[in-house]
Formats: sequence, C-alpha cells, structure tokens
Amino acid sequence: MGANIYKNKKPLFLFLLPAFIFMTVFLYYPFFKNILDSFMQIKQLGRSGEILNEPWYSNYAKLLTDANVRTALKNTVIMTIVTIVGQVGIALVLALMVDNIRHGAKVFRTMFFFPIVVSATALGLLFNLIFLYDTGMLNQLLSALGRKELIDWKSEKWALFTMMLPVMWQYVGFYFVIIVTGLNNISEELYEAAAIDGATKLKRIWYLTLPLLHNVLCTCVVLAVTGALKVFDLPWTMFPKGMPLKSTFLTGTYMYYQTMIVKDVDYGSALAVMIVILGVVLSRVVNAIFKEKDY
Amino acid sequence: MKKRKFSVSMSAVYFCLVFWAITTIYPILWVVQNSFKAKNKILENSFALPVGDLFTFANYRKAFENLNIFNAYKNSIFISSMVCVIVILLAGLASFALVRYHFKLRDTLYMLVVAGMMFPAFATVIPVLTMETSWGIVNTKNWWLSMLSVILPQVAGNLSFAIIVLSGYIRGLPIELEESAFLEGCGPVQIFFKVIVPLTKPSFATVAIFSFLWSYNDLFTQMFFLGRPEARPITRLLNELTSNEGTDYGLMAAAVSLVVVPVMVVYIFLQKYIIKGMTAGAVKG
Repeated sequence: MGANIYKNKKPLFLFLLPAFIFMTVFLYYPFFKNILDSFMQIKQLGRSGEILNEPWYSNYAKLLTDANVRTALKNTVIMTIVTIVGQVGIALVLALMVDNIRHGAKVFRTMFFFPIVVSATALGLLFNLIFLYDTGMLNQLLSALGRKELIDWKSEKWALFTMMLPVMWQYVGFYFVIIVTGLNNISEELYEAAAIDGATKLKRIWYLTLPLLHNVLCTCVVLAVTGALKVFDLPWTMFPKGMPLKSTFLTGTYMYYQTMIVKDVDYGSALAVMIVILGVVLSRVVNAIFKEKDY
Repeated sequence: MKKRKFSVSMSAVYFCLVFWAITTIYPILWVVQNSFKAKNKILENSFALPVGDLFTFANYRKAFENLNIFNAYKNSIFISSMVCVIVILLAGLASFALVRYHFKLRDTLYMLVVAGMMFPAFATVIPVLTMETSWGIVNTKNWWLSMLSVILPQVAGNLSFAIIVLSGYIRGLPIELEESAFLEGCGPVQIFFKVIVPLTKPSFATVAIFSFLWSYNDLFTQMFFLGRPEARPITRLLNELTSNEGTDYGLMAAAVSLVVVPVMVVYIFLQKYIIKGMTAGAVKG
C-alpha cells in the first residue's frame, strides 16, 4: 500500500531537484573547482584562472617552504589537542559531577551551554577587553590578588594561550550536553548492582561509566577535531593577521590572510586544499586511536 | 561520620560546577555593567557596579549614532531568516523524497549529502565568489543582490545537516497516515504539506534554530561576500569595530552588549529547543 502512493516517480524530481541543484552549484562544483584553481594563476579575487601556474605545482612547492604554513600547522595541531583535552576533558568532568547532584542540573546545563549561542566575533571583542594589558578584567583581578607586574596577554609569549583559552571555553558546554545525554542512557540498575558488589564511586566511574561512554566520547573527539580545523571568527577578531609577528596563524586564518589581505588567490586555494587534506588525515588518526566499539 | 564525608565531597562538586557557571555567565554581565561607564572609568575598577556618578548612557548614544547598529541588525536578521526558511523548505522536500521513494540512485544521493557535511567553507568559498562575481551579484549597489550573494552559499552549507536530521525523523513516522490521506485523494505534494510537515514540526524547529544561529554567527562567509557598509551584518560590524575603534573600550562594551543581550533573552525563553537544535546533528551521528 505504502509503495502505491510513491509508485509514480514524477514528483520525485520536483522534491529532489532544488536541494541538489543548490548543493551541486554551491558545494560540489566549487569544491573541485577549488582544487583546479590551486594550480592556476588567478590575478584577482572574483576572476577565474585561465593559465596554469609555471610550474603547475608551484603553489604546493610554496606550501612546503612557507614558514607561516609551518606556524599555522603547528598552531592548528596544538589547537586540536587543546580542544580534545580541554573541551572534551572538562566537559566529561563537569558531566560526571552533574550526574551526581540532586538539584540544579538543568540550571547548570543552561548556563554552561550559553556561550555557544553567542557569536564568536562578539566573544572576541569581549575577550579583547578581558585580556586588556592596561588594564582589563584579568590584570585587574591579578593586581587585586597582589601581583605587581601586569601580564601582556597579547605578547608573543602569551598569545597562543590568550587565543586558545576562549575557543576552548566557548564549546565546553556543547560536549557537556552530549556527554550528559550519554550518561542518562546508562541504566541505573548497573550502578545499583555495582554498589551492592561494593564498588566505590570512583571505581564505578572507572569500570562502568567510562567504558559505557566510549562511543559517546568518540563522537565528541571527532567533533572536536573537525571543529578545531574550522575555528576562524574568534582568532581573527582577537589576533588579526597573525599578530604578533605572524605567530598566531591557524590554517583557516592563514588561508583568509593570503586570499583577502595578500590577495594571492590561487595560493589561498592551495591552502584550502591543504585544510581538507589535514582534516581527512586528522580524523583518520582519531578514528584509529578511538575506534568505535559495539557492545 | 559517613554523612559528613558525603557532604564535603558534595560541596566540592558544587564548588566546581558553580565556578564553571561563573566563567560562562560573569564575563557577559561584566561587559554589560561596564558598557554603562565612561570609557576611561572602565580601566580603574571594572568590577564596580555602574551606580551614581559612574553611570552614563554615552557609549550607547555613540553606538547608535556612529555604528548604524539597527541597519546591521536588519541585515543579519534578514539573511538568517531567509537562510532558515529556504533550508527548511528544500531540505524538507528532499528528505521526504529520499525516505519515502525507492529509486536506483537513492543511496548514492544520500552518500552525497553526508559527504557535503565534510566540505569546510574554506574549500568552496573562492570558486563560489568567482562564480557570483561573474553573475554580478557580489558587492553591488543593489541591497537585495548583496543579501542574495551571502544567502546562497549559506543555504548550501546548511542543507546537508538539515537533510540528515530531517530524514532521520521522517523515517520514524508511521506510513498509515499518509496512506489514509492518499485514499482521500491527496497527491504527494499535498501529503507533504498536510501530513509530513505538521508531524515533523519538532525536527523542523531543531533545523530552523540551528541554521538561523549558524548563519547569524558566521563571520567567515560574510567577510568574503559583504564588503559594502550598508550590507554589513552584525558580526561584520563588530569585526570592523575592533580594527577601527580598538581603543574606545566603552563603545566596544556597548556594542558587545547590544549584540549579546538580545541573544541572551531569546536563549532564556527557547533554551530547551536551542540546546536540542545545536546538538541534534552530533547525537544522531
């Protein structure tokens, strides 16, 4: 019967075409065009390349020798580690804590999640004020606690810390919600059985909760890695153009910098290809380490 | 004895949770409270409440006079609403077809949709810009065309996610309702709008919220497509503000407050749906 309604395939095109035309024109086609572009000479943003670069792989040769690419790759890898350890780690600890309290779990959830809905650009401005040298919230707090010297949070020494802390902080709530949902799916009976067998709270977490959360944590780690590669708004607002001394570039911000500021458009395309490859490699690595298991 | 130990560890737990909650909420309150102080007073003691002599509206007056914040709001809300509506409509139709119709290319198309989630904006933005420039819709004087130039790629960027979430939901709907509608003479288009859409409402809400917020907060695409001042949305305006008025801390605090407070109000009322919307894709895989 159900098959009868949908036997006539004519309306199918009407339903599918709009979405797939959109995706073909604005997603699939540009994706492959971008790979071609990275071998072309593009004089200006908005023009398409007509002749091949001389030699055709010159942008990729440049990638290998560009010191900024190395900085960007290094920072992106650090960023990835920070998001895995910081975001997922803190989220896990907070989730385990909330799982054990009687009151206020909902309120905490609401508060923890809040930074995610605020635009990262606004947060960038906000953190600019917080990390102000003379004298933002943090330095005022430190001097109130008795510290004599102010810390220049945007100096070379602190820049990476200052850039990554807000990025990490913003998304903790996201993983928190996912992990709490996972925790709620673990049946109460298992804990009761373990308690009867005399397992302490910490033992229950170690031998029961964490193994049962394995797949949820896997998802979180994969999301954290892909998320780390997409970070753009906050770093670009707080540290535009890789300030100070081009030391804070991430792969994404460096791609934007080359395309829009230096206006080396085809090199920007090559950088975008590199970001895609990096994404594939990193998610492979993560999948190999944290393999999903079936129970 | 046992009871006391319990409460000590419990208070440690509460302490940690409250500490994290303070880090997520206090910065916003801090910036709002400082937006009511004269710009040179912020640096003296930013923790003081803006009462008595400290209180001023000067930053807000300046924000409204110099920044054209209303225009930026108008642009942002227009772009995000359009993205949201188009995504829901197109993704809804496509998911309905992908779930209910059996045809040869079905699995291939679904794989293409999943693959679409993997393309980062970085990898498509330059060719899209080139293409739209050749159509003559980027950075033109025509406001509608400027809006269109950013709506199109943002819609494409959200479709994959939307189709995956919606088709997951539609797959779980009982087909009997569609059958009875069919017996009463409804065609597939009518079935979609009269049966599927009303039943899928919660999932549509999820997708709507996600695509609206994503588009509203997306600085990267906007930086590429919206160069003209009258076409600038909120995020773009804020970004501009950092480079031009980086030392007027009062103005910055006022601008941040003007952007964050409305979001906060909406969040308080819709938080249940927003949290669900933002995490739906993750939980579904």
